[in-house]
Amino acid sequence: MNANTPITHTQAETGLIARYDSARAGFAGTDAVIALRDAAAEQLRRKGLPHRRVEEYKYTDLRAFMKSSARLSAAASADEARAVLEASDGFGDLGRYRIVIANGRFVEALSDVAALAGEGVTVTDFTEALGGDNGAALLAIPASAEGDGTLALNTAFVQGGVMLSVREGAEVSKPVELLHVVAGEGAQVTRCRIAVAPGAKLKLLETFAGNTSSGETNAVFDYDIADSAELTVTRLIDGDGEGARLFTTLARLGSEARFHTLGFIAGPSFVRNQQFVAFAGENSEARLFGVTMARDKALADQTLIVDHAVPNCSSREFFKTVLDDEARGVYQGRINVAPHAQKTDGEMMTQALLLSEGPEMANKPELEIFADDVLCAHGATSGQIDEDLLFYLRARGIPEDEAKTLLVLAFLSEAIEEFGEDDVTGMLEERVRAWLAARS
Amino acid sequence: MLEIKNLHARIAEDGKEILRGVNLTVNAGEVHAIMGPNGSGKSTLSYILAGKDDYEITEGEILFNGENLLELGPDERAAAGVFLAFQYPIEIPGVATMEFLKTAMNAQRRARGETEMTIPAFMKAVKEKAADLKVSMDMLKRPLNVGFSGGEKKRAEILQMSLLEPKLCVLDETDSGLDIDALRIVSEGVNKLRSPERSMIVITHYQRLLDHIVPDVVHVMSRGRIVKTGGADLALELEKSGYADYVEDAAA
Repeated sequence: MNANTPITHTQAETGLIARYDSARAGFAGTDAVIALRDAAAEQLRRKGLPHRRVEEYKYTDLRAFMKSSARLSAAASADEARAVLEASDGFGDLGRYRIVIANGRFVEALSDVAALAGEGVTVTDFTEALGGDNGAALLAIPASAEGDGTLALNTAFVQGGVMLSVREGAEVSKPVELLHVVAGEGAQVTRCRIAVAPGAKLKLLETFAGNTSSGETNAVFDYDIADSAELTVTRLIDGDGEGARLFTTLARLGSEARFHTLGFIAGPSFVRNQQFVAFAGENSEARLFGVTMARDKALADQTLIVDHAVPNCSSREFFKTVLDDEARGVYQGRINVAPHAQKTDGEMMTQALLLSEGPEMANKPELEIFADDVLCAHGATSGQIDEDLLFYLRARGIPEDEAKTLLVLAFLSEAIEEFGEDDVTGMLEERVRAWLAARS
Repeated sequence: MLEIKNLHARIAEDGKEILRGVNLTVNAGEVHAIMGPNGSGKSTLSYILAGKDDYEITEGEILFNGENLLELGPDERAAAGVFLAFQYPIEIPGVATMEFLKTAMNAQRRARGETEMTIPAFMKAVKEKAADLKVSMDMLKRPLNVGFSGGEKKRAEILQMSLLEPKLCVLDETDSGLDIDALRIVSEGVNKLRSPERSMIVITHYQRLLDHIVPDVVHVMSRGRIVKTGGADLALELEKSGYADYVEDAAA
């Protein structure tokens, strides 16, 4: 068979390609942006959606999962978005600034733009920026993510998002919530670019509300963390959505920079949270945490590649997964250490707890080390609730369900507590409790 | 309080018979010691009382205040007033000791139809009882039993027991791993709980513990049965002569 022979497209692929062709004329961006979109669409046409024969998607077969493709969501009015917003409030009364992206587009009327300006944060509409001189540069992807099917879909279809620039040295006093909302039906394809200038500090909360429609979510977050800057991200992926939920982090760290993130997954049928983290300067630190819960026939995938391209950086990856029913969990973590990246300190751990006989966990930690003076370790465990622990708690009068809740919470809390953002700890633990309480 | 009648039990997994007809009656207010060699079934008896499901009861019954104990789950037994002080208290990472104590206490109160304890009342009770047992506040802030020394674990067990105020305390080799001072502290804690309404079963290999917790009745257990019953002086006699006689008697 000739390598150029087109593949037989699935119904979803045919739909996506037709949608691209018909919507192309209306897409945002300069000619260079459109050229990038065309190339991404061409990748989709040629290779199809990522599937199990693509190594990175071996356990997360998007092609098999997507039976059809939803149309792109139409722009929502501020009122429509506000209604969805008010119906769901992920972080309760936590003091924070809010930026709203509804149906894939930045909604300035619902966002705290002026207050953020006062804190040294500039907020720009990504859709508009794609039409600017730098438009094409905004869609750049790192070498480690080259060819990724999820990113290609995003590049082809991206509707909008925001760009946040934190001024040099600014320490934003409250967390900023980047809230994605879907009002009505349809897919949302967004890109947010966050630039934290030297010495600045920012905490982000990423939430996805009203996200129960069958449409897909494809959200890319591109973080540029300059020298001595700090970025903390809590990504909350919940709700009971049926469509694929695809999230990509692209992070670059300068020197003495800190990137600190927790990806929290509970609920949707199909989630991939993938992160590409690259160290570009020395003495920097990335700490990546994951808390995943899945039940029924859901699939939840936490995938990451950390590139130690320079010496003297440290990374910590700590992922916890709880599965029930027929759910499937995936952890793929790769730490690359370049030949000259001496004194790299990498420590990766993934642990899964299976609450019944049905679920499956694929744990795939990988180290690729080309330097000789490094400290790297990885570990993976999968197991069930320890009967001895359960008996001890019950022998003290704690009923079985409550005892299991305590043990699962204890298991997941290890990651939540090491992440250590006290602002959100209580709220996250509440969510774990709520998830467990819904156990049938 | 407790009536064990002709209890036969085997390990569920491999069918190995451990208890071969245990008869034991413990009245309210009494402290019974059960002594005996390794493998005689003492710990198994304690686990069966607490409701561990690794065992299969093939014959006999256990009545607790007239109620069939074997029909209750471990948490229901605890709420009814049965407390097992574990020989090897379990470490539970991620569960803070304080949180655990409050959860256990309130779960039992709920099960008995009582109101939950207020946080100030709970804190006060914990502080008082912890001080008696020389359990530091620092220990209570740590995850349950994690990083506790052997002695600390046993003291924490007795703290739980004194907070939960059970009707029947079963102490499984509470003396193992304790130095002289810890043994004294733990024994004082146990003695404080002695009352006409509360019964205790103290399982031990050694007479030493019984110098501190003086029993009303001493039983010797061997090969799954109680083979001799006497007063506190029986323990002294055993200390001198060992278990050899009983092991042979039972084998005969």
